[in-house]
Amino acid sequence: MIEFSGISKKFGRLPVLEDVSLRLQKGRTVALIGPNGSGKTTLIKCLLGMVVPDKGHITFGGRNILEDWSYRTDLGYMPQIGRYPDNMTIAQLFGMIRDIRRMPDQRLDEDLIRAFRLPAIYDKRMRTLSGGTRQKVSACLAFLFDPAVIVLDEPTAGLDPVSAGILTDKILTETQKGKLVLVTSHILSELDDLVDEVVYLQDGRIRFHKTLPQLRADTGEHRLVRAIAHVMENSML
Amino acid sequence: MRKIIKYVLLDILRNKILISYTVLLFAITMTMLFLGDNETKVLLSLLNIVLIVLPLVSIIFSTIYYYNSVEFIELLVCQPIRRTAILLSIYAGLALSLVIAFGVGVALPLLMMEHTTTAALLVFIGFLLTAIFAALAILGSVRMRDKARGIGVSILAWFYFSLLYDGLVLFLLFQFSDYPLEKPSIVLGAMNPIDLGRIMLLLRLDSSAMMGYTGAVFQEFFGSAGGIVIAVTLLILWMNLPLWAAIRRFNHKDL
Repeated sequence: MIEFSGISKKFGRLPVLEDVSLRLQKGRTVALIGPNGSGKTTLIKCLLGMVVPDKGHITFGGRNILEDWSYRTDLGYMPQIGRYPDNMTIAQLFGMIRDIRRMPDQRLDEDLIRAFRLPAIYDKRMRTLSGGTRQKVSACLAFLFDPAVIVLDEPTAGLDPVSAGILTDKILTETQKGKLVLVTSHILSELDDLVDEVVYLQDGRIRFHKTLPQLRADTGEHRLVRAIAHVMENSML
Repeated sequence: MRKIIKYVLLDILRNKILISYTVLLFAITMTMLFLGDNETKVLLSLLNIVLIVLPLVSIIFSTIYYYNSVEFIELLVCQPIRRTAILLSIYAGLALSLVIAFGVGVALPLLMMEHTTTAALLVFIGFLLTAIFAALAILGSVRMRDKARGIGVSILAWFYFSLLYDGLVLFLLFQFSDYPLEKPSIVLGAMNPIDLGRIMLLLRLDSSAMMGYTGAVFQEFFGSAGGIVIAVTLLILWMNLPLWAAIRRFNHKDL
């Protein structure tokens, strides 16, 4: 469904991504793992069209994303650090995005808004929100329009255990509906029962792209944490 | 696109700075209208306001607004909207609200008291200059990632167009005073939107008589119907070219 072919990106002189090719299929949950600064967020931003790659191209459902912006209708994104207009209240923010995306009310997915009990704080301004509450708002926006592809950049960082649990459950129910979920996280233990495939990124290159069972078989470790640690220690498979 | 313009417009029109700018313009215009004894004097004083204050407020306010809405832009960029539409909507919202401020502050009282084409021309030039300097601000802020540098560049741009440029032109005219400079001075005048606006209005006020032979050449060129069309076209170009350059840059910008 999504295909990255030969993506390279430099920020100034610093190469961030080097010849990244990746194919993601529908109905899979894919974990993007790698050390800090390995290019995970940049890769995600390329997919969203926020960063324009120097070389290579990305297709979404067969259409090149640089030529056709309409693919973003099928995409929900939860950023690592959600930045929103300071003076807007939560209700205004949701109202504005809904106004722009124009989706009939009955098709909206408001499960997460209810689960996080956001209506109680609807008239708070974005500036006054704590980091965790902001994360909740970002998560709600990512799921609100029932998109076919959901991209989550460090979804549970900053969330309390209860909220993190709610979010993980939500991700699970969405995958069961046949959606493609792309998630990055450093908390590998929570990915164990969530992901089907693992992409390991290091220094802007993909070291491997394997299904979870295959990775377990190759490393002889059952837990993802141990398996990734094994990979990092032996550096190559 | 219309929806984004609406949100930008509603956001700016609530802004206290813009409201006080409108009130200030209104107060100045009313004072001049009541104190000035003849129309020419009133229009000349207002012209100075239009040529100095308007570009300054327009460029600085737009630059700061752009940097403050970086989060808003980031949010919109991952929605299904074209980038060109995002930038154009922000520009349109900005220019429109500044035009409204000028309209309420200057155009409304002036046109109620003075029913002359010269007054209408002054208002028209004011609208165009507002739009031009908002476009220049957008160009500067899209190109500069750093806020402080962006604001610095826009102050410099204003400084250049309203003060430095005239100094440079005077210097050139003085240095080459042995040569016929009437035609080059028309070109030099056209290279600066503020000068263009000033020339267009001064010619209507017949003050060109004080500018000697150059004034006569100006009168011949900019006073004719063709000359006015050219001047307005140039002003519209001054608005569109920076905007076009800003969109080109914005479409490939990493956010």
